[in-house]
Amino acid sequence: MTNGYMLKVEHLWLERDGVTILRDVNLTVAPAQVFGLLGRNGCGKSTLAYTLMGCGGYAPSSGRILFDGQDITQLSVTERARLGMTLAWQDPARFEGIKVKDYLALGMREPSRAEMEEALTAAGLSPFTYMERAVNDVLSGGERKRIELAAVYAMRPRLAILDEPDSGIDVLSLDAIGRLIRGLAAQGTAVLLITHRDEMVPVADVAALMCQGEILEVGDPQTVRDYYARRCQPCEAGQKMP
Amino acid sequence: MSDFDAILKAYERSGGNPHFLRSSKVVSMVVSGNRVLGANEVCGVHLFAEELPDGVRARIVVEPGVKLPTPAHLCFGVIPNEGVQRILPVFEIGAGAAVEFVAHCTFPNAERVVHLMEGEIHVGRGASMAYRETHYHGEVGGAEVAPKAQVTVDEGGRYTGEFVLTSGRVGVLRFDYVVNVAARGVAELVTKAYGYGDDQIVVQETIRLGGEGARGLVKARIAVRDRATSQVIGTTEGNAPLARGHVDCVEIVRDQAVASAIPVVKVTDPRAYVTHEAAIGTVDKKELETLMARGLDEERAVDVIIRGMLQ
Repeated sequence: MTNGYMLKVEHLWLERDGVTILRDVNLTVAPAQVFGLLGRNGCGKSTLAYTLMGCGGYAPSSGRILFDGQDITQLSVTERARLGMTLAWQDPARFEGIKVKDYLALGMREPSRAEMEEALTAAGLSPFTYMERAVNDVLSGGERKRIELAAVYAMRPRLAILDEPDSGIDVLSLDAIGRLIRGLAAQGTAVLLITHRDEMVPVADVAALMCQGEILEVGDPQTVRDYYARRCQPCEAGQKMP
Repeated sequence: MSDFDAILKAYERSGGNPHFLRSSKVVSMVVSGNRVLGANEVCGVHLFAEELPDGVRARIVVEPGVKLPTPAHLCFGVIPNEGVQRILPVFEIGAGAAVEFVAHCTFPNAERVVHLMEGEIHVGRGASMAYRETHYHGEVGGAEVAPKAQVTVDEGGRYTGEFVLTSGRVGVLRFDYVVNVAARGVAELVTKAYGYGDDQIVVQETIRLGGEGARGLVKARIAVRDRATSQVIGTTEGNAPLARGHVDCVEIVRDQAVASAIPVVKVTDPRAYVTHEAAIGTVDKKELETLMARGLDEERAVDVIIRGMLQ
């Protein structure tokens, strides 16, 4: 491992349709670290996720994205994925006709049934029930979400960007999602955990608060959580935590 | 290699399992060009075939109440690179019978091959028939195929038709099925095709729900790329009380290909209910980027999505 970080974002700005959405974003995620990014709806968290992954229409206006020492700002989604990055979408895509087992296998270097079963189990899904099902709209939103997380788990990426992995998941299962995220870190994956639920923050090793496209503060998860839960209100961009 | 072995090899290339065409326990018929190379009956199922100058006239009769535990297998093919094959089948499925046909039509060397099918299908009262048809037209695009059928489903009967042409070139396909459904009958037509090069696909499917409580589904999944064209005309008519029908068409278009869909719904009884949906466009961006985020390049990701849709 080089540089002591897996992901480094430097002075990232992004505009879409003339609106500035990301404002001078800076953050660093260390190898095998869970970095919690907390923020209200619409503050730019998902936009940051798409920008980091290189999705179409999300080319930064300025700034750099470094992955393990390599500038990936101009790389395609595929190229970033092949370096070891991946993204779990907040609202995962539906795939008519593709079975769960085939979907999981797509991201695996050497697909094995045992690893697929392990991934589904980690996401709280019974392999027996889900392996042969299609990743289509017959599945509920929560089921698709878990399958998306299982696919990321099975891929064993070096960096996983998880966009609100807790949304659409019943409250009783949040612990399981937290365990899956810690499991990713335990297998060496750096995780950028994007969420608006403060109860997910304890899963993180370090946390940041995002507001109106700007990272306000990075620090101890509990401190960031407390501020967000008790005091974060709509405000002017750029207001720092006390 | 004998003609029978040649057609079996082509049958296997199109996805069929030759074992079924050799088994004495399985209903089967093998037609190469205008010759009937093999036919096997089982108790309660009768096959009649007449060779014509350019094809075969066939009559397949399933006696009332007969329920086949395993599918009947049919193979129609033209091995030379040119020729004409006309198939004139009549299916008579007796009341209360249940049968599934797995048909493979294979023209592996087609450069100028014309295959015409003009069928009549009668599904008796309370009977069930599935006709699952997989085509392989070779890699040149030299096949012109026109399957055409009139299907009648009696009261409480069920007809399921599935046409799949997703491997190799299409050439020219003109698919035209009309199904008339009586009271409490069910009809489902599913068509899947993948065209490229300068392939031409025309799918015309009509379900007429003429009896009380009849139900029907017309479903098409078509993908075209390069300069291929596709046109899907799915028609459902609700002509009786409590008839329910739906037309569902999805077409994916890439490159310079052109796709069109004309979903037609017609209701002549106010208690009938018929709906339609049609979507034509390129591959969904989120689906594409999801697969790319797993490491697939764009071309492979598109192929996975299209193959999934055509499954």
